[in-house]
Amino acid sequence: MNFPEFSDILEVVTLRNYNTALVVLSTALLGIASGLIGAFLLLRKRSLMGDALSHATLPGIGIAFMIMVSLGYSGKSLPGLLAGASISGIAGVLLMLLIRNTTRLRDDVGMGFVLSVFFGIGVAVLSMAQNIPGANAAGLESFIYGKAASIIMSDFVLIAGVAVFASIASVLFLKEFTLLCFDEAFARSEGWPTLLLDIFILILVTAVTVIGLQSVGLILVIAFLITPPTAARFWTHKLTHMLLFSALFGLVSGWLGASISALIPELPAGAVIVLVAASLFLISMMCAPARGVIPRFLRQSRLRKKVDRQHFLRAAFELVEAQSNEVDGSVVNIPFSWEALLKKRTWSAKKLKSILRVAQREDHLEPAGQGMLRLSEPGFGEAARVTRNHRLWETYLIKHADIAPSHVDRDADMVEHILGAEMVRQLEADLSKREVEVTMPPSPHQIQQSPAPTES
Amino acid sequence: MDSTFVDTPPTSQGGVPDSRPEHPPEIPLAIHDLTVAYHRKPVLWDVELNIPEGKLVGIVGPNGAGKSTLLKACLDLVPITSGWAHVYGKSYKKHRHLVGYVPQRESVDWDFPVSALDVVAMGTYRHIGWFRRVGKKQKEAARDALEQVGIGHLADRQISQLSGGQQQRVFLARALVQDAQLYLMDEPFAAVDAATEQAIVALLRELNARGKTVLVVHHDLATVSKYFDWLVLLNMRVVASGPTEETFTRENLQKTYGGKLDLLEDAAEALRHVV
Repeated sequence: MNFPEFSDILEVVTLRNYNTALVVLSTALLGIASGLIGAFLLLRKRSLMGDALSHATLPGIGIAFMIMVSLGYSGKSLPGLLAGASISGIAGVLLMLLIRNTTRLRDDVGMGFVLSVFFGIGVAVLSMAQNIPGANAAGLESFIYGKAASIIMSDFVLIAGVAVFASIASVLFLKEFTLLCFDEAFARSEGWPTLLLDIFILILVTAVTVIGLQSVGLILVIAFLITPPTAARFWTHKLTHMLLFSALFGLVSGWLGASISALIPELPAGAVIVLVAASLFLISMMCAPARGVIPRFLRQSRLRKKVDRQHFLRAAFELVEAQSNEVDGSVVNIPFSWEALLKKRTWSAKKLKSILRVAQREDHLEPAGQGMLRLSEPGFGEAARVTRNHRLWETYLIKHADIAPSHVDRDADMVEHILGAEMVRQLEADLSKREVEVTMPPSPHQIQQSPAPTES
Repeated sequence: MDSTFVDTPPTSQGGVPDSRPEHPPEIPLAIHDLTVAYHRKPVLWDVELNIPEGKLVGIVGPNGAGKSTLLKACLDLVPITSGWAHVYGKSYKKHRHLVGYVPQRESVDWDFPVSALDVVAMGTYRHIGWFRRVGKKQKEAARDALEQVGIGHLADRQISQLSGGQQQRVFLARALVQDAQLYLMDEPFAAVDAATEQAIVALLRELNARGKTVLVVHHDLATVSKYFDWLVLLNMRVVASGPTEETFTRENLQKTYGGKLDLLEDAAEALRHVV
């Protein structure tokens, strides 16, 4: 394999070479269209149906070729072949729907049946076509794996036209498709023609599949439909953003994939496009902020650290509070022993040691000599604040149990943010009054209040 | 069972509501001779039902009694084998703007990439019509509805991050923005927390107070007499229908649940309150 020069790369990627420009542009447009309509196919939970559909196009290609040859044409006209592909693809879909609606077989049975039977017929028809005397059927099998380099100007116009149409339709029907994919029964009860909408989605999928046959091939085109939206889902919880990401991923896969294939002729475009899409998927799955694996792991470990820190500060403050209560009633920052802290919660010695190391690094804790520990000046202030907020939450849960569950976030730092200043003021009043009806829960969240001056 | 079904004498009289005096034409929901069959097996048969205006109606019956199917048949969601269901004297097709529907919560995928507000706004789609986007007015209405069900602060949250009870409230809010006269609700109390159950009951009563008719598929016999002023006891056919205090009797429950009744703990509990 010869690796291309940088100047070649630049020429291809920036579309300055006419032949590769056609290929790259058509696969890029195809990527946008399949990214958009693929998102709805995915959300409608019909991904496998797309796979069956693409395989069902093969007999149509062979039959269209034979009809065109018998009528005296060359048999290689792309619009003719793709029309045949569309017809047999749609026939496959209708057969699937028929199997589902008239028998009690499950969806996947119908899909598996249509996929294998139509593909089998297609292979048989193609080999029959090879044997027609006087007709040159060579190259028909390229629809199975795709042959992007064969795209010429007239093909490009057809592919671009269909891709643009499918993209516009996906955006135009955004609201209707969303409703159908989310809640079909509700959509039907509201009078939307759900069957027609479903068929329209499948027609758009067929259109994109068929124009993808030439460049990506019928086996791999499903990856072009499914991978970009699946990758996009990791980045966002918003459907419109998902569509944008999906179209972008489709565009990048088509653009890069066709470019790489043009630079390294040994690599077929269809395979490279799918590999680029798969790489985007992998990156999304690992790194996407909204649902990616690594960000989720980081979020969880950050939360764990925060909870640890708050637990330590509260435990330490309550220790100090209990001991200084015995002395004279006000909370003074006195040293406490490691053992006492260990007993305060159910944490292992190892875990507590690592928490204390962090606390020391954050300058919340300092050694007080003779194996004793003491909160630092800023640590003491922080501990008092965390403990107070935690108590506010607990008071809130007890006093407002009726509305509390949907509002409670036990993170001490969130109390003002979620409950609002007015509620916090009221809770503080409750807390300092130590109202009789507010009975606080026992250990492990033992709450010992600094007695209000009026109550001595 | 099939032969019973076939032998049942046809009672339909051409499907004209006026020809049947027992179905007053302007009531919210009139069902006549309704039979629904799935795969040759009847799920509902010969259902005759009148739901009067302004009632809070509970539909109660054992599993597989056809409660959900009854709602779906009224909404044209399942093919009707015979008979009809009329909304305010007309077919559902003509009067669907008068009906709001709350499907079962488990019927949709809650991992769908939309926010609570987006779902509620779906209740306004029929007013918006084809192709046009959800506007400011509709968003406002959706926000108000979320406030009404007590989760206005969760409007922008993605629906998978809501609890089961909150998801149910989202569905109710969507029905509220439909601004209907007749509400059909499929198990809104299924698997929700106590606070949500109370909130839903309060909401149903408020709708009721505003003159709306509300039909609720319900499964908890213990709360029937507390929540509903009209009761339909269903087990493939209508066992009894009428004001709760007259309908909710030991005898009717026995007919609805058969031998299963004694096995149901809450039923036993409920029967203690039955006269």
